[in-house]
Order: sequence, then structure tokens, then C-alpha cells
Amino acid sequence: MAETTRASKITVLNPMGYPPQIAPTGMAPRLDTLVGKTVYLVDCRFDDSDLLLQQMQAWFAAHMPGVNTVFVSKSGVYTEEDPALFQEIKEKGDAAIVGVGH
Amino acid sequence: MHCINLESQYGVPTVSMQTESFVDVVRQTAYSRGMPRQRFAFVPQPVMGKSPAELRAYVDGLDPITGRPVMEEVIEGLTAPLSAEDLQQVRFDRSTPRLVEPDTEENLRSLFWDRRWTDGLPIVLPTEERVAEMLAHTSHAPDEVVGRMRPTGPREAWEYTVEKVAVNAVMAGARPEYFPVILALAASQVSARGSTTSSAAAMAVVNGPIRHEIGMNWGIGAMGPYNQANATIGRAYGLLSQNLQGGSVPGQTYVGSQGNNYAYNSITFAENEERSPWEPFHVTHGFEPGESVVSIFGGCRTTEYSLGLRARFWREHVQYMLRGMDPHAGPTLILDPITARQFVDRGGLDTKEKLLRWIYEMATLPAAHYWDYQLIQNYVYPRALKGVEPYATMLKAADDELIPMFRPDEVHVVVVGGETNGYWRIMGCNYAKSVSIDAWR
Repeated sequence: MAETTRASKITVLNPMGYPPQIAPTGMAPRLDTLVGKTVYLVDCRFDDSDLLLQQMQAWFAAHMPGVNTVFVSKSGVYTEEDPALFQEIKEKGDAAIVGVGH
Repeated sequence: MHCINLESQYGVPTVSMQTESFVDVVRQTAYSRGMPRQRFAFVPQPVMGKSPAELRAYVDGLDPITGRPVMEEVIEGLTAPLSAEDLQQVRFDRSTPRLVEPDTEENLRSLFWDRRWTDGLPIVLPTEERVAEMLAHTSHAPDEVVGRMRPTGPREAWEYTVEKVAVNAVMAGARPEYFPVILALAASQVSARGSTTSSAAAMAVVNGPIRHEIGMNWGIGAMGPYNQANATIGRAYGLLSQNLQGGSVPGQTYVGSQGNNYAYNSITFAENEERSPWEPFHVTHGFEPGESVVSIFGGCRTTEYSLGLRARFWREHVQYMLRGMDPHAGPTLILDPITARQFVDRGGLDTKEKLLRWIYEMATLPAAHYWDYQLIQNYVYPRALKGVEPYATMLKAADDELIPMFRPDEVHVVVVGGETNGYWRIMGCNYAKSVSIDAWR
């Protein structure tokens, strides 16, 4: 009898919540080349990310001197938006590298 | 998050630099944010604490995920033309079925574990009968939306109903009469399964008449595995958090490096109001003594402890405990009634306001030491630079000047314990909010 109970099928409820729909967000067009362009290296202020991006800036200076790099730390903690900086990048820059994380 | 905004809102081609440990997390986040083809480049973990020479080696080296040079990935991410797949505007519709495909108990238990719907301990399978019994202990309709929850800020919030909360309450082994407390925890929308590398856990403190009604423990062993209500309400809080927010899977929706044993039942207990020399916690936070309330704390990691308060150097001993904490998470004193009364007797701290103010004033560090904490660098220093007070003023202090480790509103006290001795603790954690349980009866 116990074996029969264990073998019988039962119905249970799904414990997961309801996910939101995912709306597509478009990517920006890519550049033909970085030479002659301005690339912002954006430190998001998380766990020494500034030091890594400064080394990346040094790499550009050594290997791709034709690329103009701008190192900048975003304002506020890493989770906060920085619309003033993003607007500056849009107006004065051509591309961005953001790190580390977030 | 910032990269997706730069791409989609500002039209700036962007590469996101990540460390290898987060490959699944960032790809899943990109997917859920609608940019599944976001460009990443990865370096080894960790970046924190590495010398400039070591970090230069990261830049010169290979991407540990793709095996290609890091800088090739970066340059290609900014210059390789978008493919047809990149440009495809796909809308992803997702849903959760109400029921699981019928199966045997044994198979369903395996399935719940395989899908990471449990905490690894045996569960009570949520049959329709058991869920209905749980639902009978609230006046709220099963399809009423209780709230939304997410494992961390950049992730999308998932929505849940009263019935979904009941399913998780059943799984935790909670008795139906506990359900209003569990609904209040769900209504807080504060996750007990937050995804943070720091492995933080939650803590839940219950006040008011419901403590008596459902037989919670605030005496001997209240914070241990000795009471069904304390144990299963706390476990339900964890299970509902991980399932209703869309998961808590290591490497995907959970990144706590060490994990945290506190998370098994989210440090859930009742306050010993009857033996406390001060007003109950919920009264301090605006509720009436006769209301039933659950108060939630996040960021539980640090625990300091001591035995009583000695007459000669009790002030210094408390100060050493405070200075042993990371200043990013405020101190919540968890006092056995014996020690609570000692704070009154030794220091004349006969109101909670006096006690909390005294703790705030004792918790100081030399400014140079304070600002050099990694978490202060991550979370407080940027705010000081933006002029946020009191941090901006604190930033002007000389290196050896003592400055407060915490803000006054970050210091709390809860009384719990059965007076078998005067052991007490300080939990490093952040008070989140208090929620009415009566509203969910």
C-alpha cells in the first residue's frame, strides 16, 4: 500500500514568481577604427577598478598612440547613474570602456 | 548597467570590463535588460589589491573566458560591425505556470532541488490542499499582488501574489497560523537572498501580540533551532525570497563568495519585550505596543560577542567590540535581558535613546583608518566627494582625528534571551524596515 502511494502522481504548485517581460534595447553603431577617436575609460569606483583602467590607458599610449584616451571616475557609488558624465561622453567622446563590473 | 545605458540611451559604443567570476551573472543581466549581445571583456579575478604591474599583466594577457588577448576583445568590441543578430529586436516573453507537471513525490523532490527551488533541506511539497490551508489564514485574495523583489539592483524585479507566498510557506514547513507573518515579510520586498559578494544574510525580529498567539520564542535558545515558528517563518522568508525574485543560484543569481549560514532561517526570532528595560523595537519605529510587526535587517555578516559588562572597563570593552566591526554595516546590539539591565545600571542608560546615542559616540576611528576601509572607499568616499553630509565634513578631518564609524540612525538594539547568563552580541547589519503583520491577517 505504501509503495502504491509513493508511486502515485500528485500535483503541486510552482514556487517561482512572475518575471517581467524583456524589452529589447538597441546597441550603438560601432566605429570603423579607434585611431583619431576619443575613448573614455570610465572607473565605476568598485574595488580598485581605477588602477586597472589606468593600466589600460597606458597600454593605449604604448600600442595605439593615435587613440585619444580620457580616464575618468564616475561620480557617486558604483550603482548610481552619472548622467552628466554620460552626456559628456556622448558629446566629446566616441566610445567608452567601463569597469570593473556594473 | 552603465554600459547598457551608454549604448541604448546615449548611442555610445561601449565595452564592459568584468572579472572572470561574473561571466554568467553579467550575461544573464544583459539578457534580462534586453541586450543579450552586449560586449564584454574579462580579466582574471581579483582586481582588488593587485599591484600596477600585476594589473598591467592582466591588460597584456589573455581574456580568461575566450582565451584571446584582452585588448583584442576590447578593440573588437568597439569596432567590429554589428551583426544581423546584434540588430535583431527580439522581445522575450516569459511566464511561470501555476502548476508543476504531476509526478511522484520522489521525482518532485528531485525536480525541486534540480531547479534550485529549495535550500538543500527536505521540503513539504506544496499540494493544492496544503496551499489552500495556508491561504485560509489570511483575508487577502490568492491573486492579490504582494510585491516585487530582485536579488540585486541591476537585476529585474519579479512579481508575486499571495498564493505564491503560500506555496513557499508550505515548502518551509510553516504552520498555517504563521502565514500573516510570512506575508508581511514578503510585503517588505526586501530579499533575504540578496546577491552580494559579501554573503550578507537577513534578520527578522517579531514584536507584538502575535508572538504569543503563534508560540514564538524570545527566551532560552530563541536564535537557535528550538522553536517551530521561529525556524519555519525564517526558512519561509529565505525560500520565498529565492523563488519569488527569480532565483538564488551560485554564479548566476547569487555571488556570495563564502555564503552565510545565517541564511538558512534569516536569524528570525521574537523580541523579549516583557524583560526589556526599554520600549519594544517596533514602538521605537512608530508602531503601537499592541500592534504585531516584523522588522527586517539586511547585511548581516559581522558578529561580536561578550559576557556582561564588567565594572572597571566595560566602556572600553564595548568600544573595542565596535572598533572590530567593518564601519559599512551599523551595529545592532542583541542583548540578553541581564546585559540590557547592566547597561542601565552601569551607565544610567535608562532610555533606548540614551543607549543608542552612547554607542554612536563610542564608535570612533582615526579618520585615516576609517577612509582606508575598502567598503568605505566603495560606498562612502564617492558620496563624500559629491558633498553628501556628514561624509563631506568627515573627509576634511586630519588623519589622526577620531571620527564616527556610523550614523546615529544606523545604531539599534533588540532584547532577546532567557537570562541563563549575560552573553550578548553586536550584529553588523542594516535596518531596512518594519511591516505590519496585522495588515496581512
